[in-house]
Amino acid sequence: MIVRLKLSAFRQTRWHEYAIRFGLGGAVTVTAGVIASAFGPVVGGLFLAFPSIFPASATMIEKHVRERMEKAGLNGSRRGKEVAALDATGAVLGSYGLAAFAVMIWALIEKAQLWAFVLASVTWIAVSALAWLLRRKL
Amino acid sequence: MLEYVLRFLAGGIAVSAFAVLGDLLRPKSFAGLFGAAPSIALATLFMTLEQKGAHYAALEGRSMIIGAIALGAYSWTVCLLLKKFMLSSLAATTAACAVWFAVAFGIFRLVGLQ
Repeated sequence: MIVRLKLSAFRQTRWHEYAIRFGLGGAVTVTAGVIASAFGPVVGGLFLAFPSIFPASATMIEKHVRERMEKAGLNGSRRGKEVAALDATGAVLGSYGLAAFAVMIWALIEKAQLWAFVLASVTWIAVSALAWLLRRKL
Repeated sequence: MLEYVLRFLAGGIAVSAFAVLGDLLRPKSFAGLFGAAPSIALATLFMTLEQKGAHYAALEGRSMIIGAIALGAYSWTVCLLLKKFMLSSLAATTAACAVWFAVAFGIFRLVGLQ
């Protein structure tokens, strides 16, 4: 299986790191709502794709890799950045899927509201995964 | 006030859920897909649909396309800052926000959305 779940990763994450991500995610969502209220949906919609997950995740990834390597007596600084960069590469590919999600919402939400969300979400993962698979092959 | 509390909770839950999924998945390049998950959109659009109607949500969706392009540019910049300039993740993800704003509003002005 080329994609797998590593459940032991749960143990590496501390509770305050979950709290930071929850807080950041909530803050960005509220800000997007405030901007939409102040400037309208055309400007507000931009912020539905503001980087909300990635910054905290990348910082955590670098820190965890560095800590793991330091426990083994190695300097993990470079490796931590390399792994975070890999995550960033995935986010680039995921943004293609996010654009496709947005297209589906724009095209369908006035016609079939609940189905728009379902189809848009399926489109996001399908396009993102396809982009990732193609990148692996090339 | 209640609306913003609900937005905060919905956004926090959505972002956390996708982030946790990203933490658990391997390889890391696949997990990174979840860094661009539609978490804010899913949290926000349901409420928007309820309060402001489908046309408003469609307009937000249209602008979100530009935001997603900007997110791609942002993520690419972070990758560059990490690998080539060896910045820390915190510095790279913070500095690259300027790229998101520049690309998002640059395209926005170019396309002349109304």
